[in-house]
Amino acid sequence: MLAAAVAELPALPLHTAGKYVAGAYIVLFAIVLIYVAIMAIRLGRIEQELGELLELSERPSAPPVGSQGGDVPQPESTLA
Amino acid sequence: MYGKGLRALSISTVVAITVALGLVFFYAPLEAEQGFLQKIFYVHVPLAIIALCGFVLGGLLAIQHLRTRDPRWDMRSYVVIHMSLIFAVATLITGSIWAKGSWGHWWVWSEPTLVSFLIVFLLYATYQPLRFAIEDPERQARYASVFAITAGAFVPMNFIAVRLSTAYLHPRVLGSTSNLPAPMAFTFLVSLLAFALLFATLCKYELTAKHTRAQVRALRRRLAGDAFEGPRRQRSAAPALGHHATIATARASSRTGV
Repeated sequence: MLAAAVAELPALPLHTAGKYVAGAYIVLFAIVLIYVAIMAIRLGRIEQELGELLELSERPSAPPVGSQGGDVPQPESTLA
Repeated sequence: MYGKGLRALSISTVVAITVALGLVFFYAPLEAEQGFLQKIFYVHVPLAIIALCGFVLGGLLAIQHLRTRDPRWDMRSYVVIHMSLIFAVATLITGSIWAKGSWGHWWVWSEPTLVSFLIVFLLYATYQPLRFAIEDPERQARYASVFAITAGAFVPMNFIAVRLSTAYLHPRVLGSTSNLPAPMAFTFLVSLLAFALLFATLCKYELTAKHTRAQVRALRRRLAGDAFEGPRRQRSAAPALGHHATIATARASSRTGV
């Protein structure tokens, strides 16, 4: 049914202007895709950090990280 | 906090963009002069309008930051300007492609709309270097807000100046949808709505990510037991939660003598 509906639609006039139109739309969606990919990478980092924190919280007898002069995680920029 | 309603907004955006694309390619008629090339209009112009509105909105949010001194307004202003810059890049690229197809050149320096948009873009391209060149978080937020307000005021002035200029080579759209045939005007408005939703969704997405990251950092500080370290180099736009969580942990630690 969907195929029949698509077949009813008028054909796109993809002549010489087609490559420019396609280029413009592809660029736009590529930009959005790159942005979403960057955000996905950041989300992955947050997930990893949460995993580490969960592990840390499940060790009741362990001394706090950094109490022995170890590497204390520094606050980072929110805007990074 | 920021994630509330994100799913509904994302679904609305996907639906709106799908409908807009359907209208652009299967409903809006071909323009008499440019033919199929004019389809770029439905993506280029909404992107430009939303980018410029975003810059102005960034200025308004910065005013709110200066009034209240609440860092969350600064963060919103930052995110809106950041997103507007991305939309502005997309505007410049799609505009160049349209110019190449229509005029045979990637860029026309004699065209005031193109050049004025480039000036606005370059102005805002200095926002982030300026912001992150300042170490002190308070000063950073204040200077960034002043910049956002000044530049935000420049955007409509620039727009009006271009409108008043005599060289009208660029097609005029905003405020003249009545000149378009009804199907074209309708498609354009749906497209504008779709891109406005995309802008709102991406802003909300980024705000949610930043807020979540701040929460994770606050939790890490609490678990790491360095609450007394405080928000040493915490950036100005960090959500209040991270700061308050740190203070609360510090107070709790001081009571227990840890």
